[in-house]
Amino acid sequence: MKPFKFISATNPGEAIDMLSNNAEAAFLGGGTNILDLMKEHVALPNEIIDIGNLKLQEIKATATGFSLGALAKNTETANHSLIRSNLPMLSKAILAGASAQIRNMATNGGNLLQRTRCSYFYDISMPCNKRMPGSGCSALEGFNRMHAIFGWTENCVAVYPSDMAVALSALNATVKVQNNNAERYIPFKDFHLLPGNHPEKDNSLTHSELVTAIEIPKNNFAANSAYVKVRDRSSYAFALVSVAAGLNLKGNVIQFANIAMGGVAHKPWRALKAEQFLKGKPATTANFLKAAEAEMVAAKALSHNKFKIEMGRKTLVNALELALKG
Amino acid sequence: MKQNKTRLTPEEHRLFGDLMPEELDEVINSGFNRRHFIKLMGLASAGLLASYAIGAEQLFARTVEIEEIPDLIPEAIENGVDIAFNVNATSRKVLVDSRMTLLDTLRERIGLTGSKKGCDHGQCGACTVIVDGQRVLSCLTLAATCQGKSVITIEGLAKANELNPMQAAFLKHDGFQCGFCTPGQICSAVALMKEAKEGQASFATKDVRAAAKSIMLSDEEIAERMSGNICRCGAYPNIIAAIKEAQTGENIPQNWLFTD
Repeated sequence: MKPFKFISATNPGEAIDMLSNNAEAAFLGGGTNILDLMKEHVALPNEIIDIGNLKLQEIKATATGFSLGALAKNTETANHSLIRSNLPMLSKAILAGASAQIRNMATNGGNLLQRTRCSYFYDISMPCNKRMPGSGCSALEGFNRMHAIFGWTENCVAVYPSDMAVALSALNATVKVQNNNAERYIPFKDFHLLPGNHPEKDNSLTHSELVTAIEIPKNNFAANSAYVKVRDRSSYAFALVSVAAGLNLKGNVIQFANIAMGGVAHKPWRALKAEQFLKGKPATTANFLKAAEAEMVAAKALSHNKFKIEMGRKTLVNALELALKG
Repeated sequence: MKQNKTRLTPEEHRLFGDLMPEELDEVINSGFNRRHFIKLMGLASAGLLASYAIGAEQLFARTVEIEEIPDLIPEAIENGVDIAFNVNATSRKVLVDSRMTLLDTLRERIGLTGSKKGCDHGQCGACTVIVDGQRVLSCLTLAATCQGKSVITIEGLAKANELNPMQAAFLKHDGFQCGFCTPGQICSAVALMKEAKEGQASFATKDVRAAAKSIMLSDEEIAERMSGNICRCGAYPNIIAAIKEAQTGENIPQNWLFTD
């Protein structure tokens, strides 16, 4: 690890001041990702600002829905009675990620900010536009079995690793952010970015901003929702494909469906075409299949991940069936 | 420190005054040291000492004064962080490099080598310890963040000469082969008992919407909840049997039999 100065912040304002004073500083939440990146010399901060003592742990119901403190641990969030009973899709998604030990450490804000696990991003001897802009993408013609089928460019084919964020995408969450002067709210669809020509930018935060909370509007998905994850081993592995699905039903007719996919793109992939197809249609396997096909039309495979297209289609159908079953 | 006033000859004084004026006072007050000697050598090799032949000759003949080691001073390191925390019910105070992980601090500074460094990247669970009641990975925890916290390692589980029931169950069921992952497995399993009692959900929970209540863990639940601890010897069936015995308190038969 590169030497760094360790300082602790006592409140959000102080933390933001500390970060804005040093372009090479970084926040430390749970540390489960950044510490690993520092050991690999992928992240090279010269100053670590410990934000573990900030009072941003509260999980609560609000007038419009629910608020998750940015520094509440993943375990606490997944197990909170409010979340388990009202947002089971989110509990399941969090519990599908990592291991019990890591969920005990990882924070909600940090989960959103974790970086891709693309092995070329981690290997500092290889070109990678995300790590070193302009150096090229090694995965494009390399081992890209785990990589993207949606929204990738020749600059970057990496996928975003979080499970939690896939559910948050389907739940239309908003990320509450504080900076030097003010607060701002970023809709989830605009929080994470597609690679475009700037894969080094994972999200729309600026350097001096701190995620303080994640807000989720009220919804009726608790009765009919699911999170399905397909991976190389049955636990403690990143998704090949995952799907978060929530159905709002009137009788057997879908009023609207919210669907997001993980493991397929540089950000949680909102399955808007499938959602559009399902709106107003009866909740049947035949319709689920057509919706999944509509979504997968735009998928573009790389040399080693063609299987993800069929897997994506089937996982979409599976998740919708499970959501229907309740 | 020893007072050291060096008396220079007129020739030496002239040489320092002309060629190394900034060092003159230092030499007079603290003596002719190794650094001055080296600088003088540099001047000699540059041919600058020719007109100071006598002074230079005298200087090279001088004994270089070695600076004395000062009185003992506290350990000082760059980016040091002072931490006071509790390890296995004992208060510890250590000064660590900011980069030091909790795992390295336990092993290298406190001498508790039970927690193991397997992958050092949060992928194997061999370094699992219990911090403030929660199982965490000590390889991905900076020691600097442990101020005021309470850490339990494998060394802190037994009471006097009596093993923790989880340790005894691992022994009975042979929940290991090489044993490298075992301290992490056992710390993880001990913390799991509390999680199950609190009714925490896992990905294997059939319906997370149901209210949390104490859970008796099935094989599938144990496998899911222990997935952060890898055993490359593959002792998983025995680990599951051990955890079941520790949780139920029942006498569960081993997965293997002694032969005659």
